[in-house]
Order: sequence, then structure tokens, then C-alpha cells
Amino acid sequence: MKILVAVKRVIDYNVQIRVKEDGSGVVTDNVKMSTNPPDDNAIEEAVKIKEAGKAKEIIAVTVGEEKAQETVRKALAVGADRGIHVKVDGTIEPLAVSKILKKIVEKENPDLVFMGKQAIDDDCNQTGQMLAAHLNWPQATFASKIEVNDKSLQVTREVDEGLETIEVNTPAIVTCDLRLNEPRYASLPNIMKAKKKPIEQINASDLGVDTNPRIEHIKIEEPPKRKAGIKVASVEELVQKLKNEAKVI
Amino acid sequence: MSVLLIAEHNNKEVKPFTLNAITAASQIDQDLHVLLIGSKADDVAKSLSEVSLVKKVLHIDHEIYENYIAENYTAAILKHADKYSHIICSANTFGKNLMPRVAALLDISQVSDIIKVISPDTFLRPIYAGNAFATVKSNDEKKCVTIRPTSFEAAETTGGSAEIEKIDAADQTENTKFINREEIKSDRPELGTARIVISGGRGLQSGENFKLITDVADKLNAAIGASRAAVDAGYITNEHQVGQTGKVVVPDLYIAVGISGAIQHLAGMKESKVIVAINKDGEAPIFSVADYGLEADLFEALPQFLEELNKLNTIQK
Repeated sequence: MKILVAVKRVIDYNVQIRVKEDGSGVVTDNVKMSTNPPDDNAIEEAVKIKEAGKAKEIIAVTVGEEKAQETVRKALAVGADRGIHVKVDGTIEPLAVSKILKKIVEKENPDLVFMGKQAIDDDCNQTGQMLAAHLNWPQATFASKIEVNDKSLQVTREVDEGLETIEVNTPAIVTCDLRLNEPRYASLPNIMKAKKKPIEQINASDLGVDTNPRIEHIKIEEPPKRKAGIKVASVEELVQKLKNEAKVI
Repeated sequence: MSVLLIAEHNNKEVKPFTLNAITAASQIDQDLHVLLIGSKADDVAKSLSEVSLVKKVLHIDHEIYENYIAENYTAAILKHADKYSHIICSANTFGKNLMPRVAALLDISQVSDIIKVISPDTFLRPIYAGNAFATVKSNDEKKCVTIRPTSFEAAETTGGSAEIEKIDAADQTENTKFINREEIKSDRPELGTARIVISGGRGLQSGENFKLITDVADKLNAAIGASRAAVDAGYITNEHQVGQTGKVVVPDLYIAVGISGAIQHLAGMKESKVIVAINKDGEAPIFSVADYGLEADLFEALPQFLEELNKLNTIQK
């Protein structure tokens, strides 16, 4: 079995983002970048499946600017076998990413495609479902448990009401939740080894996919600020404030 | 052209967030049709027809829709998408799973999780866990939009008498099978729509200690939330998680107990009307969004809080 894992480079989840004054976006210069957190879970799951002897090869793929390669390199350091970097500059929407990934799937013929359920930058939560649609494959989104069978997967999904279990035939797309597993850290020897693993570079323009944005970002602004609150000295004072000032109890 | 809203339901009742999405959809275009895809769901069709903002209910009834499977819903939606300018649903796990599949097959770049309708093609949506708001304009001819339910009022469920049109089912996928759903039944208000939410974090230290939270929740008729740290640690189940990758809540009162206030958690609760933080670390980021902060050991403060609440003669329900 072959598993393709898609990863995205985003502003690190611990960074307090700043909005540019001209309203054109958020500041990314000199800001720490990392792999989108649930994409780390996607890689980890693929590596675990390979370690269990159920997969032969893991390919990590990313779509983005030159530096996006770092996320592929990181995936190689935790256990992916080879990488693909589809180069594209500027903003790219999930719809275009899903069309690019479709081309990669057609080239590589994986049995499974894993990725994070949502990117923490644009918070779109679209790419996996869109890829599944383009390929006419089943989708198992928001996965918190995956059981690999011969020609199918049993996937437990985190839904609003609790947990839902579905069975999907392979080939299939799975989007991963943060609770799927505990991503490992790359060891130094594995980081060194990863430097020798191949990353194939492809220009998005060579794939014949239209990557022009369909959505115009008219303005990016700071959300309205909350009025500064107060500290109360005791539980008694808190209850009085809630009752008489805020009038919420 | 009209707008088409996809209803979420359990074949017996409409899910509450569908009513919030109806309000948003009607702000895009008043000629609002609702598509109900279900099995033996006549009661749901009737209740949707009574929502005054709804102009027409399209009802597909077939046993293949007994359980919601995105692939089957998508096939049904695509049969009718032609006639509509917008396809809309709520941005909860139902709509997040469904809409991108529909959008991709219509070759539409979806606008996710909007919090405001500026015009039929322009919307406001949060990005970066709500740390920035983006005003976005969709240039696709037809639009696929998901609605953040807590940003819109629920539509009135009475006063309407829309026509119910029965329509045919679409093909069924053979590649996805529903196995089961573990729904946790509770008498408490739903987290997404509760007037008061009390949430616990890693500071609770164990699942047993959540009892302190439960006791206060019982008193206030509140829903129970949790930080991701508390869910990851196994103190409480996933459907309680509030945050960027969990649920977004906007109650009148949000009480954060033993929660430090990571960016990811704030994303799910900082629009609440009144926020209370109880934490023993005075430097915890949660205090930066709290209207009332109490620097205290929660194991002492929560029992005291309950005691003080018991002294009040009236508590609003």
C-alpha cells in the first residue's frame, strides 16, 4: 500500500499574528513558520501504518512557495520516504490545491491520501473533501481513529454529537484530527538522513491547473478589541458583579 | 435566482444550527428554498415549512438517506444546484464535511464560515483562529457558502406555510458505509446554543475533578465546555471541546476554569458577551479577554462559587 500525505506550511500555532496596517494581509516576514498541526498527525498516522507493515511507501507532498519545501523535509525526517513539492507563488485557494493534488494522485496512484482536517491560517477546512470529490473517492473527515483493513478503512470521526464510525473502501481520503495520535519528534540522525531523501520539484503551471484565485480579499483587519476587564478579589465579589453589574445570573 | 439551504436533521427534528443558517441565507436572498434529504422525515419537512423565512421545501425521502453520508448528500444536491445562485449550510461538522465536496464538483471556490453577509457576493469571515477578519468577495458565478451559526440569530420556527415539493433520490455510493454514532445524551443545554457555558481546562487535573464544574453547571443550567488540553488528557469527551478546531460558542456568560487561554481556545469563546476567568496563574492569557478575572485556586474557588450561587434567591434560567 502506498500513502500520499499532503502537508502545508503555515504561521506557527504559537505565534500571535499581526495584521498589516494597509489591510492587505498578516505579517509573515520574520515570523516562525511550521507544518500545519493536524498535518503532523497525518504524517504520524502514515508512519505508524508503515511501521505496522501495512504500507510500503509514504510520499509527502506540499503545494506552495520555495520555502514550503521545509514541511516536506520535516515529513521525511519523521518517516516519509520521498517528497514532492509543487511550486506556486502567491495565494492559492483550496480548490486549486485540490486540483493540483488530483494530478499528483493520478501520477502516483496511492491507495490512501491523508492530510490535516483544516489549515490553521485560512481555517477553510476544504481541501481533503474537494480532492475526494475530484477523484470520486470516499472521504473520511475529522478522523480520530483509523483501522486499516484489506480493502477498506474503518474510521472514527469527531462530530458535533460525539463520535461517528464509518467504513470506506480504498482508495480513500482521510482528513485527520489532532486527537488521532501524538506526532513524534524527528531525531537528529533522522534529520540528517532526511537531507538525502529525494524531493521532486514540479511547477504548478506545468500541471495545467488554473491557480488564479476566485475569491478577492478586499480587506484584512483586526477583530474588534474587547474592553479591558477587571480582576475581582473574591468569589463573593465575582458573584455580586455577575448578578448586579453584568446581570447574567 | 433563489438560494438553496441544506438542512441538517436526524429525520425527526431540524438541528438548531440550521435555523441560524436560514437567517443568514435569507440575508443573501429572500427567495430561500430548503433542501431536506432524509428518510421518513415528513415531520422535519413540515416543521421546515413552518419557518417563516422559508419559501419552499424540497424534500427527498429515501431509505438510503437514513444516515447522513456526504457522498450521498452531494449527489442529491448536484441534481438541483442549477437553479440556485447560492448553496448554503451551517459551518459545523455537518456542513464542513459536506460543502467542499459539492463546491469542488461545481468548480466553485467555497467561502467558509462566514460571520456576516455584506452583500450577496461579499462576506466577512474570521481567519487565523479569529485573530483577523477578512472581507472576501466571491467571483464565482454561483457560490457555496457555509455559515458560522453562532453569528446569526435562529430563525422563527412558526408563522410560515411554505410549499413542500417531493423530489427524487439520487444515486447511492457503494464506497462509504455508516457503522454507528456514539451520541452522548444529556439533559443539559447544548454547548453551541447554551446561554451559559462553564469550561474546564488542564487545571482540573483529572476527569473526576470535572465534578466541580458539573455541580456549578447544574446550578446555572449551563452547558459544559473544555479546552483541548482537557480533552486530549482524557478528562472529558471530544464533543465538549471549545476552540479553533472544536466548537465556537457565544453564550451570554462564559466561565473559564483552569484554562490558560491558548490562542486556539480563545478562538472558540472570545465573542462571548461576558467572560469570567478563574485561574491561579495571574499571568495566564485568559485574563486578557476576561471581563472578570479571579486569581485563585479553582479547588477552593469553585465550591465557594457554588455556595455563593446557592445564596442567591433567583437564578435566571
